[in-house]
Amino acid sequence: MAQMNMAKAINLALFEAMERDDKVIVMGEDVGPDEGVFRITEGLYHKFGDKRVLDTPLAESGIMGTAIGMAIYGLRPVCEMQFSGFDYYAFHQLECHASRFRNRTRGRVTVPVVMRAPYGGGIRALEHHSESREAIYAHTPGLKVVIPSGPRNARALLHSAIQDPDPVIYYEPKAIYRLFKEDVPEAMETLPIGQAQVVRKGKDITLISYGASLRPTLEAAELLEEEDGVQAEVIDLLTISPMDATLIIESVKKTGRAVVVHEGPRTCGLGAEVVARINEAALLYLEAPIKRVTGFDVPIPYFSKERFFLPDPERVLAASRETLSF
Amino acid sequence: MTYFAWSVTDRQVEEVNAQSQSLCQLTLQKTTAQLISLVSTTLHNRVDSMPRTKIELPNIEYLSILDEDAKLDKALEPKIAPETLKTMYKYMLLARRTDERMLLMQRQGRMGTFPQSSGHEAISMGSAIHLGKTDWHVPAYRELAGLLYRGWSIETTLLYWNGFEEGAMPPEGVNDLPVCVPIASQLLHAAGLGMAMKLRNDNSIVMTYFGDGASSEGDTHEAMNFASVYQAPVVFVCLNNQYAISVPIAKQMRNETIAQRAIAYGMPGIRVDGNDVLAVYVATMEAVERAKRGEGPTLIEGLTYRFTPHTTADDPKRYRSDEECALWTKREPLARFKKYLVAKGVYTEKQLEELEQELDTMIKASIVKVEEMAQSEELANPLSMFDYLYSDIPPYLNEQREELKKHLEQVKNSTNSGVSPQKASAH
Repeated sequence: MAQMNMAKAINLALFEAMERDDKVIVMGEDVGPDEGVFRITEGLYHKFGDKRVLDTPLAESGIMGTAIGMAIYGLRPVCEMQFSGFDYYAFHQLECHASRFRNRTRGRVTVPVVMRAPYGGGIRALEHHSESREAIYAHTPGLKVVIPSGPRNARALLHSAIQDPDPVIYYEPKAIYRLFKEDVPEAMETLPIGQAQVVRKGKDITLISYGASLRPTLEAAELLEEEDGVQAEVIDLLTISPMDATLIIESVKKTGRAVVVHEGPRTCGLGAEVVARINEAALLYLEAPIKRVTGFDVPIPYFSKERFFLPDPERVLAASRETLSF
Repeated sequence: MTYFAWSVTDRQVEEVNAQSQSLCQLTLQKTTAQLISLVSTTLHNRVDSMPRTKIELPNIEYLSILDEDAKLDKALEPKIAPETLKTMYKYMLLARRTDERMLLMQRQGRMGTFPQSSGHEAISMGSAIHLGKTDWHVPAYRELAGLLYRGWSIETTLLYWNGFEEGAMPPEGVNDLPVCVPIASQLLHAAGLGMAMKLRNDNSIVMTYFGDGASSEGDTHEAMNFASVYQAPVVFVCLNNQYAISVPIAKQMRNETIAQRAIAYGMPGIRVDGNDVLAVYVATMEAVERAKRGEGPTLIEGLTYRFTPHTTADDPKRYRSDEECALWTKREPLARFKKYLVAKGVYTEKQLEELEQELDTMIKASIVKVEEMAQSEELANPLSMFDYLYSDIPPYLNEQREELKKHLEQVKNSTNSGVSPQKASAH
C-alpha cells in the first residue's frame, strides 16, 4: 500500500505496463525528456528510452493515425493528447479508422490503442484547455470510454485499457490530478471496463456521476444526510461507454429517484443516456422526474467564470431536493 | 502482359518474359500493382530516350541586415521613414514591457497562464507594419507587438489572458482575428480570407502567423496548398523559435529550414533572421507587394528564440541548457534595433528613456483599469455565457440561463442569511 495522488497513479500504471509488456509504447507531444505537461510520463523516458517513449512532432492526427498503424502491427501504443481540447484533430482517425477496423475486416485487423487526454475544467486554464467532450467519443460505436475518479481506479482502469483488445479513450479529469491522495495497493490490479461502482450506499435517491464531478456529488450526498436526513446512493460510472446500465437500474428500482451529474454540456450528454436507460428499464419505479446537473449548452466560459458552469455541491443539492420533494 | 497499352518490341517482350519467369515465383506474394511496377521499371531501363534528369527547383535564401551586434549591411538596409521606425520600436517595446509585466502579475496570482511573446517582437512588428486598414491580421499567440499596433488595447490583452471572453473581441473596424490557441488552425482561415479577396478582386492581403511546432500540423499543409492553388494573397509568417514546448526543431522535422517547404507548394519562401526587424521588414514587404500584384502567397520563416518559458506553466530547464538560452537572449531583437535607431539619430538615449517611462505609465494605468473592469457588473456577470452563442438565444438555452440565474439568487440568499449550505461553498 502506498499513498499517492491520481497523477502519480497514472504514471505508475504506465510504468508497470511498460515493464510487463515491451510492446507498450508511449507517444505524444512533450512526453519524453519534458515528461508531459502534467508530468504524467515522469521517469518513463529515462527508464525506457526513445524507442519506447516517442516525443512526436506536433500533430494530433499524426499521433493517432500512426498509433493505429503501430497497433495493427502488434504494438500497444498509449497516445497522450496534451489537452483534450486538441484531440479533435485525432477524432477523424478514431472515428473513421480505430473504431472500425475490427468491424470492417470481420475481426481480422484490430486496433488495441489507448488515447489518454487530460480533460475538464477547474484549473483556471486558458481557452480550449477546459472542455468536457467525452460524449463525442461515447457516441462513436467501436470506442470504449473510461474516466477514472481517483488514484486507485485510475491505475487499475489504465491497466485494463492498455490490455483491452480494442481502442479505449482514457479521459483524465485534470482538476483532480493532484487534489487528493489515496491508498494504492502494491500489487498491480485491473478494473473491468464497463462496470460502474456504488461508492456510497443509500436508499432514498440515486446520484450518478463520474470523473471530477463525483466529488461535488459526494459532498452533496453528505449534506443531504446531515441536513435532510436523506440517504443518497452514489454511483461512479467509471466507464461511460459501454455504460453499466444494470447497476444504475438496480439502484433506481430501490430509490425511485435519480439525479445525474456531469460537467459536459447537457444536450446529448451522458446524462441524457442515463435518463433514457432508466426510462427504458425502470420507468414505473420512478417517484419523480430524473434531474440533470450538468455543464450548460455553451462552450465552457474562460476561467474567470468557469465555476458557474461546473456542477458544484449546491447545484447537486438543489436538484436532489427538488427530486425528493416532487 | 495485356496490361500495357503502349507498344513494345518483340525483343523487349522476350526480355521481360525472361525476367517474368523469375518474377512469377514472386507473384504469389506480390500484388498485381507491384508486378506492373517491376515490369515497367525493366522496360524503362531499356529505352535510351527516357533519361534521368535533374528537376530545377528554386533555392532558399537567408536574409540578415542588422546583426546581433547591431552591425548593419548598408547595401541591404531598407529605406524606412523615421516616423515608421519610431512606430515599430514603440510597439515592440510596448509588447516587451507588457509581457514582462504580465509575467510579474501571473507570479502574483493576478493573471492566468499565458504564452510569453518576448523575443518575437521583430517578426511580429516587422511584418504587421505593412498592413493597411483593409488587410487582415491573423495571429497565433505570440504576436503581441502586432496586435497592439493593429489597435488591440493592453486592456483587451490582459482581459483575454485573465479569463474574460471580452479579450477576444477585436477592436471596432479592425480586420483582425483574435489570438488562436489550437495550433495551426488559424492558417486555414487566413487562406480562406485570401481566397475570398481573390474571388472578389479585393486588393487587400492577409498576414498570418504560426510556429515551428505548428509546421507539423496537417492544417499548415492544407492552408499553404489552398492559398497556393488559388493564388490567394496570403503571407505565411513562421515564428521559428526552435522549440515546440520541449521538443527541439531537430525532432520536429528533418528539413533544414521551414522556408524550403514553400518550394513544395510552388510559392516563394525565405528564411530571415527573425530577431532582425529590418530583415523581417524587407522580406514581408516583398511578399506583400507580390500578393498585391496577384502573384499569390509567400512563406517567410523568421529564425528566433523563445528565451522565456513556453507559458508560465512551463519549466524550460527541463529541456535546454542555460548556456544556449543565454546565447540566444543576447540575440534578442530590441537591443540591436535600439542601437540602430540611436546611431541613425532617430532617437536620442534621453528620448528612449522617456519613451520607456511613458509606456510603463500607460501599462500601469491599463492594469488598474482592467482590474476595475473585471469587477464591473458587465464583465463579472456569469449569465453572459449564454448571450453570444447564437444570433438569437434558443428557448432551451434561455431555460438554462434562467436556471443559473435562479440558482445564483438562491445561493446568494442562503449565504446572506447565513443558513446553509456553508459547507458546500467551501468546495
